[in-house]
Amino acid sequence: MSWVQIVPALPEIVLVSSAMALLMLGVFLGEKSTRLVSWLAVITLAWVALLVAWLSPTTGRLLLFADMFAVSLYAAFVKILVLGASALGIVMAIGYNQREGIARFEFPILIMLATTGMMMMISANDLIALYVGLELQSLSLYVVASFRRDSVKSTEAGLKYFVLGALASGMLLYGASLVYGFTGSTNFFQLATVLTEKDAGNVGVIIGLVFVMVGLAFKVSAFPFHMWTPDVYEGAPTPVTAFFSAAPKLAAMGLFVSVLVGPFGKLVGQWQQVLILISIGSMALGAFAAINQSNIKRLLAYSSIGHVGYALIGLAAGTEAGYRGVLIYMAIYIAMTLGAFAVVLCMRRGGQMVEAIPDLAGLSKTRPAMALVLLIMMFSMAGIPPLAGFWGKLYVFMAAIDAKLYTLAILGVLASVVAAYYYIRIVKLMYFDEPADAFDRMPGRELGLIQAATAAFTLFFFLFPGPLVRAAEQAVKSLAG
Amino acid sequence: MTSWPLLTVVTFLPLVGVLFILALVRGDEEATNRNARYMALWTSLATFLVSLLIWINFDKSKAGFQFVETLKWFELPGNYTLTYKMGVDGISMFFVLLATLLTPICVISAWTAVKERVREYMIAFLVLETLMVGTFCALDLVTFYVFFEGVLIPMFLIIGIWGGERRVYSAFKFVLYTLLGSILMLLAMFALYFQAGTTDIPALLAFAKDKGIDASMQTWLWLAFFASFAVKTPMWPVHTWLPDAHVEAPTAGSVMLAGVLLKMGGYGFLRFSLPMFPEASIYFTPLVYALSIVAIIYTSLVALAQEDMKKLVAYSSVAHMGFVTLGIFAATHQIKDKAVLGEQAVQGAIFQMLSHGIVSASLFLIVGVVYDRMHTRLIERYGGLVHRMPKYAFVFMVMMLASVGLPGTSGFVGEFLVLLGTFQANVWVAVLAASGVVLGCTYMLWLYRRVIFGQLVRADLKTITDLNFREVIVFAPLVLLVIWMGVYPSSFLDVIGPSVKGLVSDFKAAICARDAACFPGVVGAR
Repeated sequence: MSWVQIVPALPEIVLVSSAMALLMLGVFLGEKSTRLVSWLAVITLAWVALLVAWLSPTTGRLLLFADMFAVSLYAAFVKILVLGASALGIVMAIGYNQREGIARFEFPILIMLATTGMMMMISANDLIALYVGLELQSLSLYVVASFRRDSVKSTEAGLKYFVLGALASGMLLYGASLVYGFTGSTNFFQLATVLTEKDAGNVGVIIGLVFVMVGLAFKVSAFPFHMWTPDVYEGAPTPVTAFFSAAPKLAAMGLFVSVLVGPFGKLVGQWQQVLILISIGSMALGAFAAINQSNIKRLLAYSSIGHVGYALIGLAAGTEAGYRGVLIYMAIYIAMTLGAFAVVLCMRRGGQMVEAIPDLAGLSKTRPAMALVLLIMMFSMAGIPPLAGFWGKLYVFMAAIDAKLYTLAILGVLASVVAAYYYIRIVKLMYFDEPADAFDRMPGRELGLIQAATAAFTLFFFLFPGPLVRAAEQAVKSLAG
Repeated sequence: MTSWPLLTVVTFLPLVGVLFILALVRGDEEATNRNARYMALWTSLATFLVSLLIWINFDKSKAGFQFVETLKWFELPGNYTLTYKMGVDGISMFFVLLATLLTPICVISAWTAVKERVREYMIAFLVLETLMVGTFCALDLVTFYVFFEGVLIPMFLIIGIWGGERRVYSAFKFVLYTLLGSILMLLAMFALYFQAGTTDIPALLAFAKDKGIDASMQTWLWLAFFASFAVKTPMWPVHTWLPDAHVEAPTAGSVMLAGVLLKMGGYGFLRFSLPMFPEASIYFTPLVYALSIVAIIYTSLVALAQEDMKKLVAYSSVAHMGFVTLGIFAATHQIKDKAVLGEQAVQGAIFQMLSHGIVSASLFLIVGVVYDRMHTRLIERYGGLVHRMPKYAFVFMVMMLASVGLPGTSGFVGEFLVLLGTFQANVWVAVLAASGVVLGCTYMLWLYRRVIFGQLVRADLKTITDLNFREVIVFAPLVLLVIWMGVYPSSFLDVIGPSVKGLVSDFKAAICARDAACFPGVVGAR
């Protein structure tokens, strides 16, 4: 192949080589270079995002490396969001890691490597490429989860994530090998042509498909493979949790869609039933399990399980409108979750992080602006119009009704009412209760900026839904080929 | 007719006031609070004046929507288009005016009563006004839903921040009840969209009239919409959030709840349930009758047993809204022989909603007046107030009589028309409903006697002061309006009439288009 052909893969190449270069910079300059390396990493991620946008084909798909790697508008859409979420994850960590005494230059580099893995997952057009990307991402994430080496909780989180993650990867690999064994191919295109409706009775393929779905459900932390989520979210350092709840989830969701729609597209009748169960289970669990949480990170973990359930409604619908709904929902979810975590990161008292939900009491009196941001996020997550979260739900539920999945839609909205209870409970704490001691001064300007930006996005999304919806529409079109 | 977007101006003018309040933070807290109060007052008064232009320019001879504005706010070829569409007809116009009238009254009534977080309070009420006006003007399902549901946010905060002791419980109950109802409606709206291919309300009305929505689908959609509007109205047995919310909400919050928010339910029945699902409406009419009758009689009896004035007024609201639902659905029975009578019941229901909006709002303000002075709402703590508060006793009397439906007050016209229409539809239902009027007299007159008459024996009441100038300003327009509506209802009914006529004749046409045996005896056929 000529060198020109690898141009579409340039973003990944640039990202991974920049990560190497920054690693060397860090090694030579030592610990004091953390800030510099972090900001350079942010700049790299931003510029790779531009590169992705620039190099993406406007229609159809470009295939590279013996059809293992596909570049399309769909991939570009998800990648840009992932890159943005990763960049914000690093920004949120800079100040935190310094204050907590865990500032090491490896952190941004690990995030960059994880991001490279995510981009490979999204572009994967082969079960092997998929697995390689997934593992690159996962291994980096296991390390950042236990980034605070001295903390028992953090190392426990990393270990738990690693053991369960390895199990899930194993299942995925097992499923992939079954699919290969029964079809003779790992390539998505060949699988798509080989697998037809008739294969619905092919037990080997179906078991393989289910195992692949198990692995993916673990990565998006959907019920019943969510068990790791609350513990890892609670144990990991807060900026890492924020990052976990955004970028990897989005990438895995993007992968989920492209795997099911691409190679297994004709088996929609098979995976749809599984997805409906996963979706209902996630929504119900996210709604009920979060009610009794007293730790804000755990609460957001359960809430994220619920949100995955809503996004999966769109995938379960099995229509283009549904996939578009997934992308819109995830994009909005990322803004909401990052905004919420930007507030959680400001919960410091006497130089210590506090994570208990009652610590937010009376925030509207001590910190009106921050309370307002969290209020917007909570009402938005509850899906109350005109906030962005409502529009996300609108698109997925609309697709579900169109696909005549009435039971799923009704159970979904009922779960959202239950979930509304714990979201507005936080609003109640902040606005109705007597203030607890004030938090420390806002640590760093960047958190305030992230809060303001995500709040503005959530609040005013309804005025300008055009760009996001249109981009998602184009992306889904390219997914179908 | 003006060429500028009058409805959009009325809807969003309050938000301009919010921006000013947010900008005016100079000075100490006292100055900020004063600024916020004045800013909210001027904004809401300006909104009210502009909304009067709607009435002045309204063409009474037309049945359709007027002042229609359309803005494609987001379009995707071959896909769902988000449209912002506003317009009013005779059914919705007065609700807009009701909302814009009650907001400045709420602002004035809270002038000294609210001392904490004045800025936020005023902002919440102005945002609430925008959402309420938007709900009544929206002519697109999604636009409607956004306004309808958005109301929850400011109302949750109003009850929760400035409410009474059990405010948290009440605020949660209010939000969760309402959310549960309306979110099912959202799904029904999607289903409606996929049936008719549009979210435009006038187009949907035309579709329902000409083609009709699948009969099997209608039942489910009707139930989903009913879930939302029955909670909002509220109808028995899902009314239990209302007494809690009312008792704990600050006075102005109760005013808004009783005055405007409850009307969204009745309005929804008229705008969606009746015209869009005519067959299902006829099918479910006995259910609505039963629930309305229970609401009227049962909640009247409950009101009789109350010791808390606010709770009593709240239960009386449920009973009065029972008349509204009765009147709206009495129309379905009347269709078969005399369309005119169906119109009367619906007109009566709308008039009853307007009247109740003013009367119950006033009653809450009346309770608020003594609560501000004595900090209790228990009836037994009062008595003989007429000796110290003659002006107050007069206002209370007017509103009390309007509430029981004395001829010459607004309450009479609505109840009379509703009962007249219901009587033609079903004698027994009318008889039972009329007994509710008697019960209504009992609890209101008894309340009045216990609070106002008798000897002034309690020592702490000896120094109570009569209405001050600010309170007189609040009550004067309401008293005048109640009497105007009672003595000369034509100025309102003439506007409501043509639209209701259109609604009822469309309903008839829709039924007849698909049911050959509709004339006469639709009901018999079922």
